[in-house]
Amino acid sequence: MNSAQSPVAIEVKDLTKNYGTNAALRGVSLEIRQGEIFALLGPNGAGKTTFVEILEGFRHRDGGDVHVFGIDPDHQPMALKTRVGIVLQSSGMDRYLNVAESVAMYSSYYPHPRPVDEILALVGLEAKRNERVLRLSGGQQRRLDVAIALAGNPDLLFLDEPTTGFDPSARREVWEVIKNLRGLGKTVVLTTHFMDEAQYLADRLAVIAYGRIVAEGDPATLAGRDRRLATVHFSLPAGVAPPPEFGFNEKANNVFEVSSKQVAQDLFNLTSWALSVGVDLADLRVDRPTLEDVYLELTAEVDDSNVLAVRS
Amino acid sequence: MNSIAMLQNQVKYVNKAFWRNPASAFFTFAFPLMFLVIFTSLLGHHSIKVSPTRSVDLSTYYVVSMAAYAVISACYNNIAVGLAIQRDSGVLKRTRGTPIPGGIYILGRLVHAIFVSVILVAITAAYGTLFYHASLPTGWSLAKFLLMLIVGALTFCALGFAVTCLIPNADAAPAIVNASILPLLFLSGIFIALSSNAPTWMVWVARIFPIRHFALGMQAGFVGTTFNWMDVVIVAAWGLGGFLVSYRFFSWEPQR
Repeated sequence: MNSAQSPVAIEVKDLTKNYGTNAALRGVSLEIRQGEIFALLGPNGAGKTTFVEILEGFRHRDGGDVHVFGIDPDHQPMALKTRVGIVLQSSGMDRYLNVAESVAMYSSYYPHPRPVDEILALVGLEAKRNERVLRLSGGQQRRLDVAIALAGNPDLLFLDEPTTGFDPSARREVWEVIKNLRGLGKTVVLTTHFMDEAQYLADRLAVIAYGRIVAEGDPATLAGRDRRLATVHFSLPAGVAPPPEFGFNEKANNVFEVSSKQVAQDLFNLTSWALSVGVDLADLRVDRPTLEDVYLELTAEVDDSNVLAVRS
Repeated sequence: MNSIAMLQNQVKYVNKAFWRNPASAFFTFAFPLMFLVIFTSLLGHHSIKVSPTRSVDLSTYYVVSMAAYAVISACYNNIAVGLAIQRDSGVLKRTRGTPIPGGIYILGRLVHAIFVSVILVAITAAYGTLFYHASLPTGWSLAKFLLMLIVGALTFCALGFAVTCLIPNADAAPAIVNASILPLLFLSGIFIALSSNAPTWMVWVARIFPIRHFALGMQAGFVGTTFNWMDVVIVAAWGLGGFLVSYRFFSWEPQR
């Protein structure tokens, strides 16, 4: 979905929140559009949960403006609750109800609920509809969390660290459910500290660290990741070296590397030369900075500036 | 959905979860009935003075005492432990993120607890009538009995809500609830009748806390002792106090 022209779902300006003397949010501004899957990425303690809990109406802000569908969560919490579904970081259920009963119970709280069977199909729990909550696996319980959040047919869904603590297959289960939400046109705000999760799910993401947004954009182009130079790596048998005019540096014993401005030309030169001298390039590799590289750089920078700010 | 329909619906789900949970079904429901059978079988043939001029079979005394205990168990214990566990596991916080008004949700637990209390009292009374020829209250004394029952149930629910404000986490819930109620049940003559030579301090404890007043009010209907409106007033005052404490301090989020 092209959401660049969609109306704004969430508008946040200069949001601040302190816990005692500890500033959890130091002026966060953000716009999230309708139909977007937006990921808020950041290390533990960065302020992700505080941020979403202010949008959800669980916490009150100290400063700034917050509007969700034009509603200020501090002033009209009830109006907001009917349009929003929330999956908290960890939260229990009545363990003795079954799956269908749990969804039906939460549906009954909303003015325009979505039919229970439809929801169970969306999260792939039809076969478990009569299973008690206490007998569900971790991944199934998380899917039920999402089902309950969908009960009121919300326009906006908050998912706070939906897969933290899960094994890889349970994570995949939950990811597929979240991916399917895109087809419903829901706006999804998801917090995570997993790069791959943000990359796999999000249309757009923001990196938050020490209470500030340090970067915002498309997962593929975040912080100019797409414009950074690719690196070509390979190694050669002992005593063989590429012609110096190619510009490869020997990083370690017989391991070569170059930051390539023209990847095709550099690879052509390299492979032609390798064929002519008869060496193989078995471990030839072209890398771009991963989202993780960019993320670690971004959060490290803020770490330093934060330390400086505290000192001064 | 309007508030009444929402409340009915909520009670339905609380009820389902209650009977399926072995802990609540056993400790709240079966426990008072088990004590009823044990005490009446063990001590039923003795008699006890309920006023300077009247003696009744101890079995009748226990039918009333266990009815009172059943209400306390269904309201105070059930609500305090259940709600503390729900709060600790995040059920309450999840609910807070939905449009159901907090009052309706809480009222759902309260109505359900009163419903369980009424069933327990009915079973207890039926048991007493069938096996020990206890006479059931009728007419005006039945009305007063029911009034005491409802005021007591509301009060012990309110105290249950209030005590959850003091419970730090789910693990501490059964300990705090039992530590707060068990000694008072003994000191108020619920399990062992307070004789005329009970120590003064014990009599005062029984006078201050609501349990003995509640039991005496229930007893008036069953046994025909004088119904004392002061008992209702004292029980209701505790209920009001419990309500005010919970209104001020109740939290929907885990206390960490």
